[in-house]
This record gives sequence, structure tokens and C-alpha cells, in this order.
Amino acid sequence: MLTDLPLLSLVIWVPILGGLVVLAVGDHEPWGARTVALLVALATFALSIPLYTGFDTQTANMQFIELAPWIPTFNINYHLGIDGIALPMILLTTFTTVLVVIAGWEVIRYKPAQYMASFLIMEGLMNGVFASLDAMLFYVFWEAMLVPMFLIIGVWGGPRRVYATIKFFLYTFLGSVFMLVALIYLHYQADSFSILDFQDLPLGLKQQLWIFIAFLMAFSVKVPMWPVHTWLPDAHVEAPTGGSVVLAAIMLKVGAYGFLRFSLPITPDASHELDWLMIGLSLIAVVYISFVALVQEDMKKLVAYSSIAHMGFVTLGLFISFDLIEHTSSMQGAALGVEGSLVQMVSHGFISGAMFLCIGVMYDRIHSRQIKDYGGVVNTMPVFAAFMLLFAMANSGLPGTSGFVGEFMVILASFQANAWFAFLVATMMILGAAYTLWMFKRVIFGPVANDKVAAMKDISRREFIVLGSLAVPVVVFGVWPAPLVDVMHATVTNLLQHIAISKF
Amino acid sequence: MHMSFVMPDFMLAAPEILVLGMACLILVVDVFLAERNRAVSYYLAQITLLGAALLTYAQLGGETRLSFSDSFISDPLSVLLKLFIYVMMLGVFLYSRDYLRDRKLFKGEYYVLGLFALLGMMVMVSAHGLLTVYLGLELLSLSLYALVAFDRDSARASEAAMKYFVLGALASGMLLYGMSMLYGASGSLDIATIGTYIRQHAGTDFVLVLGLVFVIVGLGFKLGAVPFHMWLPDVYSGAAAPVTLLISTAPKIAAFAMVMRLLTEALGNLHTEWRDMLIILVLLSLAVGNIVAIAQTNIKRMLAYSTISHVGFLLLGVLAGTADGYAAATFYVVTYTLMALGAFGMIILLSRAGFEAEMLDDFKGLNERSPWFAFMMLILMFSMAGVPPTVGFYAKFVVLSAVIDIDLTWLAVAAVVFSIIGAYYYLRVIKLMYFDKPVDETPLKAAFDMRVLLSVNGLAVLGLGLFPGALLTWCANSMG
Repeated sequence: MLTDLPLLSLVIWVPILGGLVVLAVGDHEPWGARTVALLVALATFALSIPLYTGFDTQTANMQFIELAPWIPTFNINYHLGIDGIALPMILLTTFTTVLVVIAGWEVIRYKPAQYMASFLIMEGLMNGVFASLDAMLFYVFWEAMLVPMFLIIGVWGGPRRVYATIKFFLYTFLGSVFMLVALIYLHYQADSFSILDFQDLPLGLKQQLWIFIAFLMAFSVKVPMWPVHTWLPDAHVEAPTGGSVVLAAIMLKVGAYGFLRFSLPITPDASHELDWLMIGLSLIAVVYISFVALVQEDMKKLVAYSSIAHMGFVTLGLFISFDLIEHTSSMQGAALGVEGSLVQMVSHGFISGAMFLCIGVMYDRIHSRQIKDYGGVVNTMPVFAAFMLLFAMANSGLPGTSGFVGEFMVILASFQANAWFAFLVATMMILGAAYTLWMFKRVIFGPVANDKVAAMKDISRREFIVLGSLAVPVVVFGVWPAPLVDVMHATVTNLLQHIAISKF
Repeated sequence: MHMSFVMPDFMLAAPEILVLGMACLILVVDVFLAERNRAVSYYLAQITLLGAALLTYAQLGGETRLSFSDSFISDPLSVLLKLFIYVMMLGVFLYSRDYLRDRKLFKGEYYVLGLFALLGMMVMVSAHGLLTVYLGLELLSLSLYALVAFDRDSARASEAAMKYFVLGALASGMLLYGMSMLYGASGSLDIATIGTYIRQHAGTDFVLVLGLVFVIVGLGFKLGAVPFHMWLPDVYSGAAAPVTLLISTAPKIAAFAMVMRLLTEALGNLHTEWRDMLIILVLLSLAVGNIVAIAQTNIKRMLAYSTISHVGFLLLGVLAGTADGYAAATFYVVTYTLMALGAFGMIILLSRAGFEAEMLDDFKGLNERSPWFAFMMLILMFSMAGVPPTVGFYAKFVVLSAVIDIDLTWLAVAAVVFSIIGAYYYLRVIKLMYFDKPVDETPLKAAFDMRVLLSVNGLAVLGLGLFPGALLTWCANSMG
């Protein structure tokens, strides 16, 4: 049977080894390197599908477990497994990578083999992050992820790529080393590096607060939360299209995933104690960053700020759960918030990826990201305009698109916690529509702005496939989110029961 | 009292005896070699390394044994360190061969001095008495002074040798002075006897602490820990690349062995005292090494400051004072030297007759000139920065573990903060190689064996990062 294979190892190592093969094929044969890269990406995606079909949605236990000793002196194991939180992230990763490979097909002329290989290796490392159940294994994947991304931005990025990529690397590196110290500390308390052992470890409040802060430094930079978000607009703007897509669609989710896997279950009391801080930062991200997005003149920067605001929803949904558990007797409200966050993570993966790809499509034609250089694109690229309209609507949270579902769930949950939270977070619905649609209007509608726009050709078949395959999940999960929510329900309920009990 | 002469167990020192004999042999043979046959000296030196490695390997897994009136020891730690010293020397000889030949420096003296330095290191590693430690140290140091001045027409090299000699002699004096106090207090030169004496008299004998201070100063000089680091950048940048390569690799292992013998075996019971002194050295080394390296434009100087910061990390493991900490420091020193070997090897690879790849800018656009070696340097730089999945990450991980284990978490936090500052200048090298266009388009030329060994060197850094388990276990077991 397919499910008897070590599927998680395969979705990690097939793309990494495949990436090395692509490197070996080299740049002399760009066509060959691209084809191999696409085959590897497709194979990995195919390997991730049995993870979904074979997944038992009734249990909160880890599934597809693989366990082998790795570094015996420190009791570190090669321990993999997924639950309802990790599975959607892995599927999102394998799906997005296929699109990124296709999107970079003809566009990348400089060292295409290295480009494709970087993304494939990146894919394997990200799957590793989501599948790790051993804290050191997680950390190794987590940090190793920086290496390909550093090169992707630095080699294939825009004019200020060097500044952006070094800032990106140092920012995220700074955050994560504190997590390393916390993990080593936990190791001495639990005498194990297993994340599941950490979750069951009793810890005093003071210890929890320190550990929580160390985790916060790592995860808040990745999410990113206000005020440590400043690397993101730079990195997004300078990265090549594929880099922006992977950053927005997956790497930001890694931060939120960290909160779910580490901060909440390992330090529930500290999370509770500091939830006011997390809620405050999330609300600032949602409201303030939305205003910042409104004034952007660079399309990529606008979408980058919009990503920060959307991720504010995610962190809000996670950290209002303590309020909800306390104030309402049932877990229903809290579950709604956390599941809303997860749906938002997946949906934002599709939508932000699609937005960056749309900008990439236009950038490939006239090499500008400035809104003022465009206007009337609908006249020359009608099919493209239709796609972009859908994604712009989804980005503003229009009902019927996946963007609406997650945001609505989080708003509903926050209403139960505090009507003010709901009021503030709901302004996002308005501001999001304002900045996205205003940009859309200036770029797509109106008379043809200049000769360059007049010469733009509508999307090719390749671009149609990429945008079309993102449009499908945006609409499908918009009208029928049940498959997504079903997968995560058991895990989320279990997580909430776990964090409701004090650890000391 | 009955005294009798005990025949020492010469077999225990068989590797040392072989190296000594071969060094003398090469000295003689080289005189009779025609210029075109100079490679014979090179091959003899490599054969010596292999022979010594075989003899040392035979001692692997054996128990701790003493010889020469207890002044010489063979224990698991000495076997491990010696084997790594041979590996380093093998790399040094191979990497430097063509460089020396291109510059008309391909002389037998390089190998003779190299082997005498090796002998000094081996004696330091196996020393079990204060005099043996000093004997090995001086044999090593004198060989190195001469090697730095090896390119006698270079004013920079002569200046570096002079600095090295003056400061090195000062450091040896300090160390010797400290040793004399330990001898004065305990009445013995034997490390185990001193250890026992201190266990019985710790806290009562002030002269012991005074001796400890001088020993630490001497060790700090030899390792290059701040504030005793001034010689290091000048010597690294002044000496010819093959000599810098030698100084920056194997002698670090020997200096670490000296730290282990003196601080942990002889002065182990003064741990509380030397721990606090080492904390100061560590913090200063991490700060100065990492911050000053940022300002460098010469890659040899940059790597010199990087060495200083790595010495800080190394001492972090030692100061923990636990078996785990010592094992961590051992792991750190062998993996760090492996990285340094690769990094200086890359400098030699990029150099050619009439051109020294000394400036950071010489690495510009390496990815276009040679993607493979750019990738090797990428691995080495990320490893020095401590980014997984390279072995440099585990080196940092194990020493941080050791420090957190003794509840000095604040020190671990300080160390990681400095390592982030350090990451910047390693990233800059990668930036130059990958993001910039090449200035110099000359294709890389290197002998086949050098390419292979440099690739193995880089891949070992990656491979040990993916599977560090065996080496970690070996280091842990070598603590007895």
C-alpha cells in the first residue's frame, strides 16, 4: 500500500535529492534542468496526496510516524509525524512549489538550474519543519531553510537584493538562536528532545515566561508581527516572483505553526499570562499595517504589507483562545478562533501566492512594480484581469472566496471574546478592500496608460495554468471549507483541552 | 629507599619516535635531492603521516597508559587528537605543495620544520608532566617561528615572525613562571600528583592561584584569546598562505590538549577560580573577534579574527568543567580546524603564481568561475557561522548545551548574540561569491588531488553536520 511507504521522509528527501540532481544537470541544458525540476516537484506533490487520503481525521494523535535514532549522545531522534495542523501546511508546500517551478520556467535566464534546485531544496526543508516531532530536527530544518532563501533573494532578486537578503537572514537568525537556547534548556528539564515530551513537561510560570519570550523572538520574526516585520517588505520586494510566493505562502506560516506547535502547548500559562500582549500586537498589525498598505506605490510592497495584516488575523485567532476558554464554558468559541486562523493560513497561502504571481506576470512584461506605470491593463490583458480580479476580491475577503472563511471565523470568535477586538479586526475587511481594490482600479481599469501597457500581451498558456490552479482552491474552499476544517478539528480540540490545563 | 631504573615503554611513543626519525631522514635526504626531485621530500612527509597514523590507530580503544616516569600518557583523548592532527597536517602539506612550487619555496625545510612542529604537537597532546608540556610547546613554537619567516625575502613575513617570536617567548615565559609556582607549591612536575595535591590543599595555598593566573595567561596567548590575541592577525596575514594554513589548524588542537592537561587534569580542583577567568576571556574573545572581523578587507585577517571568536566558543565548553563540556570542546576544536583547513585551502586554491588571493574582493563572482568550489566555500562559511545542517552548528550546539547545563544560561545567550554579529561577515563572503560579478576571470587551476581533497574537506563539513552522532560519541568516550 502507498501509505506503508515512509511518506513523510519521501516528501522531505525527494525534493532535496531532486534539487541536487537538478544542480548536477547544470545550466548547460536549461531545458533539461527545468524538466527534471518540474518532474521532481510533481512527484513530491503526488507523494503528499496519500498523506491526505490516508489521514485519519478522527484522532488527534500523530500519524505517519517515523522514528529512528539520530544523535544518540544527546538523545536526538529522526522523529517525524503529522497531525491536523501540519498536514494542510505540507500539502500547501508541495502544491505551491509546483507552481513556483512552472512560474519560473522561461522567466529565469540566469543560472536556471541553481534557481530550480534552490526551490526544491527549500521545499524539502519546509516539509521537514512541518513534519518534525523532535525539537532539534525541527531546528535544523528551520535554520537550514534560511540558506536557500538567502541565495534566492540575493542571486535573482531586484536592485537592492543584497541589503534585503542580508537583513532577512540576520533578522530571522537573531530570532531563532534564542529558540535554540530555550530548546536546550527544555532538553535538560525533560531529558529528551521530543516535542511531545516538551508539551507534557510541567514548568513553573517564571520558566514558562522566559521560554515563551525566546519562542516569541523566533516565531514573531517569521510571522512577522509588528514591530519586527520590517524585513518582510524589503525581502518581498527584492525577491524574484517565486521567492515572494514561497515567502508569503509558506515561510510566514512557519512562524504561526511554531506558535501552535511550541508556544501554546509547551508554555500555556505564559501564553495565557501574555495573551494581552499578543492580542495587542496582532491588532496593531491588522489596523496600522493596513493603513500602511494603503499608501504604498509599489505593488509588491502593498501585497507584502497586506500579508502582515492578514497574519495579524492568524495570531489574533490563536491568542484569543485563552479569553474564550475562560469566559465561555465550552471550547466552541476557542476552536472557532484557532480553526479560523488555520483556514486563514492556508487561504492566505493561495491568495498571497496568487497576488505575487499576478504582479510577476505584469513585471515580466514591462519590468516595473510601480502602480503609476500601469493603467488600463484590462484592455490589453482581459483574461489576466479576470484572474486578478478574483484574487483581489479574495484578498479583500469577499464572501465566496477562501479569504472570507478564515477572516469571518476569527471575527466571530473575537466577538465572543471582546466586542472591541471584533470591531478593530473587522476594519480589516474595509481597509483590505480599500487598498487591494484601489490598487486594482489604478492598475487594471481606466484608459491604457502608456505605450508599454499597450504592448502587453495577455497571459500565455503556462501562466494560465499557474493562475488557474490557484483560482480553483480559492473558490472551492470559499464555498466549501469543510474538507479543510474536518482535517484539523480533532487536533485543534485536543490542543485546546491541553492548554486549558495549567502546567503547575 | 630502594631505587631502580624502570625501562620505559617505548612502544607507547612509537608514533613520536617515527616522526622524529623521519624528520631527520628527510633533513639528510633532501640535501642530496636534485631540484626536480624535490617532491620526494613531500612524499616522505606524507608517508610519515600515514605511518604515524597507523601506529596511533593501533592504540585506539586501548586503556590509559603512562610511560617515561609517568611524564608521557596515551589515553583515548590523546589518540583522538593525534589522529585529527595527522589529518590536518596531511591537508596542509597537500594544499601547500603547488603554492610553494609556484613561488620557488618548494624546499625540504618546509617539511622538516612541519614534521618537527608535528612532533611538538604530539608531545603536547601526550604530555603528562609540566616539563613534557613545555618541551612539546617549545618544539612546536620554534618550528612555527621559523616557518613564518620561511619566505625570507618577504619583509612582511619577517616582521610577522619577529612579532610572533617576541610575543610567543613572552607567553612561554609566563607559562613557565606559572608552572614553577605549581611545582614550588606541590613539589612535583607530574600532572596527576599536582592534581592530588591541589585536591588536598585547595583554598589554603595562595601560590596555587597565583600560578594558575600565569598558566591562564600563557594558555590565552597560545590559543589567541582576547586580551592576549594581538599577535594573531598580524601573523596570519604576514605569513605565506601555507604557513597560515598550518598555524590555524593543527596547533589549535595541540593548544587545546595543553588546556585540557593543565586546567582540567592538574588544576581541576581550582575549577571555580579558572571558570570565572575563562568567562572573561570568552566574552572578550567573542566580542572582539566577531566585531573587529566585520571591519576587515583582507580575508586572512578576517579569518584570524574569526579564529579568535571560535577560541571563545571553544573555551565556553572547557569552562563548563563537566565531562560533557570537555567532550563538547573536543568536538569543537576538531570540527573548527576542519573548517579552517578548508577555508585557508580555498585561499590557496584561488591564488596562483604571482597572485595572492588575500583580499575579500578576490572571492567576487566565484559562483560564475567555479560553481562547485563556490558551493564548498558556502558550506564552510555557513558552518563557521553555525548554520545547520553543517557541522559548525553542532559544534556550537554542544558547547551551548554544556553551558546551559551548569546554569549559565546568560552566558549562552551572550554567546549566541555574538555569533549573530559574526554571521554577518561570513554572509559577506557568500554575498561576494554569489551576488557579485567576477573581477578576475582567470579559470581556477589546481592539481587533481588538491581538488579532490578540498571537495572531501567541504563535504565532510556537510556530512558531519548531517550525521554528527559518531564523532560526538567518540568525543564523549574519549573523556574516559
